[in-house]
Amino acid sequence: MNTLIVSPLLIPLATLVATLLARRSPRAVTALSLAGALALAAAGLVLVGLAAQGQILAAQAGGWAAPYGITLVIDRLSAAMVAITGIVGSATIVFAMARDEDPARCRDFHPLVHGLLVGVCGAFITGDVFNLYVWFEVLLVGSFALLVLGGGKRRLSGTVVYVVLNLVATMMFLLAAGMLYGASGSLNMALLAQAFAAGEVPATAHAAVVLMLTAFSIKAALFPVFGWLPASYHVAWTPVSALFAGLLTKVGVYALIRLVTLFWPDAGVAHEVLLWVACATMLIGVLGAAAQVEVRRILSFHIVSQVGYMILGLALATPLALAGAVFYLIHHIVVKANLFFIGGIAARLTGSERLAAMGGLYARAPWLAVLFAIPALSLAGIPPLSGFWAKFVLVKASLDASAWIAAGVALLTGIFTLLSMSKIWNEAFLKPHPAGRAGERSAAGMRPAVWAVSALAVMTVAIGLGAGPVMDYAIAAAEQLGAPAGYIAAVTGTGGR
Amino acid sequence: MEIIVSITVGLLVAIGIWMLLDRGLLRVVLGIVVLGNGVNLAVFSAGRLDGRAAAFVTEAGAPALAANPLPQALVLTAIVIGFALFVFALAVLKRSWELHGNVETDRITAVAEEPAPDLPAPAQSVTPTSGVAAAPQAAGASPAPGVLPATPAAAKATRHGAAAGGQA
Repeated sequence: MNTLIVSPLLIPLATLVATLLARRSPRAVTALSLAGALALAAAGLVLVGLAAQGQILAAQAGGWAAPYGITLVIDRLSAAMVAITGIVGSATIVFAMARDEDPARCRDFHPLVHGLLVGVCGAFITGDVFNLYVWFEVLLVGSFALLVLGGGKRRLSGTVVYVVLNLVATMMFLLAAGMLYGASGSLNMALLAQAFAAGEVPATAHAAVVLMLTAFSIKAALFPVFGWLPASYHVAWTPVSALFAGLLTKVGVYALIRLVTLFWPDAGVAHEVLLWVACATMLIGVLGAAAQVEVRRILSFHIVSQVGYMILGLALATPLALAGAVFYLIHHIVVKANLFFIGGIAARLTGSERLAAMGGLYARAPWLAVLFAIPALSLAGIPPLSGFWAKFVLVKASLDASAWIAAGVALLTGIFTLLSMSKIWNEAFLKPHPAGRAGERSAAGMRPAVWAVSALAVMTVAIGLGAGPVMDYAIAAAEQLGAPAGYIAAVTGTGGR
Repeated sequence: MEIIVSITVGLLVAIGIWMLLDRGLLRVVLGIVVLGNGVNLAVFSAGRLDGRAAAFVTEAGAPALAANPLPQALVLTAIVIGFALFVFALAVLKRSWELHGNVETDRITAVAEEPAPDLPAPAQSVTPTSGVAAAPQAAGASPAPGVLPATPAAAKATRHGAAAGGQA
C-alpha cells in the first residue's frame, strides 16, 4: 500500500534519472520519458480506483507517527489530480515528438518535464505544510528551466517576469509556514486542522493562513495578482506552455482548496473575500483576453478567468459548489492544455500565432477545425461538453446560495469566453490566409501532435457525455473536503503503518 | 534578543522590497536575496532564540533551555533551495545582459510583450521538401530521432542528429 502511495513521486523521479542516464540516445530518452508519463497516469488511475471506494490513503515517511514523520495523504481529490497530471504529462510528451524547428526540442526537455511532474504530484499528495513548500520549489525549478528552454531574447524576458514574481510568492509562503509553526507548534495539515477546529490556535496562526492564501493566490493567478501569467506563458515552446497552462496554476488552486477546507471549513470572512476575488478574476480575465490579438495570449488570459470559477466553488463552500470546483479542475486541465496544443499546431500550419497573420485553416485542415471546436466550445460551456456541466453545477450552487451577482458574473463570463473563441475561429480558421497559399506551411511530421490533441479531445467529449460518473466522483470528493474529520482520522489513526 | 531580530527582519524585508522595485534587474535579483534572508531569519525566530542547551531529548525529557530545532532545520532547507534559485536568477541575469545589452526591467517586460515572431519564411521551411515526402514513413515509424534539431546548447546533438539521419 505504501509503495502505491509514493508511486506518484517515485515514477517521475525514476524517469528523470533514467532519461538523464540515457542522454546519448534521443530515441531512448523519448521512449523512457513517454513510458514514465504513462506509468504515472496508470498509477493515478489505480489511486482513483482505490479512492473512489471512499478510502483515504495515508503514509508516514519512515514510519514515524503523525507529528514527526512527513505525511502523505491521498483522498479523492488528490488521486484525481495525480491521474490528470499523468494524462496531461503523457499528452505533452507525445506532442513534443512532433517535428519542430524550435531549439527547445532537445533531450533536456524530458528530464525537466519529469522534474516538474515530481513537484506537481508531490504538492498534490503531501499532508505537511512545509513539505508543500518544498514541492512547490521543486516544480518551480523545473518550470524555470522549461520556460527558458531554447533561449532567445523573448523567452528570457518572459522568464525574468515569471522567476521574480514566483520567488516573491514562494517567500511569502515560507514566511507563512514559519509563522504557522511558531503559532501552533505543528506543520502537519491534519493536526493543524484539528487545532483550528478546536479553537486552540492564537490569532497569529490565522494571520499566517491569510498570508499563505495570498501566496497561493499569486500562484493560482487570482485577481489582482495575475499579471505575471499572461506576461510569461506565451513565450515558451508550445508543449511547455500547454503543460504550464494545464497544471501549474491548478497546483495553486488545489492548495487553496486543501487549506481552506481543512482550516476554515465553515463559511466566514475569508469565503466572502474569496467570492469577490473569484468574481473579479472571472470578469477581468475574460475582458483582458478580449484585448489580445495572439492565440496564446488570449488563452493565457482565459486561464485567469477560468481559475475564477474554481475559486467561486471554493468560496461558496456548499457541497455542491465544492463538487463543481473539483469537476471544473478536472475538466479545465484537459481542455486548457488541449487549446494550447491546438494553438501550436495552428501556428505551425499558418506560420504565425498572431491572429492577423493567420487564416485559411478551415479550408485547409478541417480536422483541426473540429479538434479546435471541441475544447473551445467546452471552455465556453456549450452542452453537452464537459465545460457545460462544470459551469451548470457552479451556477446552480451560486443560485442555491443566493449569490446572485456571482451567478450573473459566471454566466456573463461564459458569453465573453464564447466571443473570444469565435474571434480565434473567425481569424485563424474562416478568414483566408492573408498571404494566400504562399503563407501555408507544411504539416510534415505533425502526426504525434495530432494524436495528443485527439486523445485529449476524446477525453473532453467523454467527460461531457459521461458526466454522471465523473460528477458522482466530484460530489464524493467534495464530501470528503467538506468533512475534514475523515482526513484527520486517516492521518492520525494510521500511525506507523 | 527577539526585538533585535524583529527589527533586523523588518529592515531586511524593507530593503529587499525597495530593491525589488528598482529599475535595474541586478538590484531586483539582489533584492530577492535580501528579502529571502529576512524571511529565513523570521522563520528561524519561530523556534525561540534563547536556546542555551543542545536540543537532545533524553529519558529525562527535553532540556528546558533548548531552542526548538525544527525551525532551524526548516531554515536550512530554505537556505539551500534559495541558493539554488539565486544561482538560476543570476544565470538569467547574465544572459539578459548579453542579449539585451542593458538590464532595465521595463525594457525586459517590453520585449516579452512584443508581437510574437513569425516562424521562418516558407523559403526556409520548404528546404526540407524531401522531408515532406519522407514524412509519412518517418512520422509513422519513429518521429523522434531524425528530426532532432541541432541545439545551440549542445553541439553533440548535431552529431547524433546527423548520425541518426545517416542511418535513416
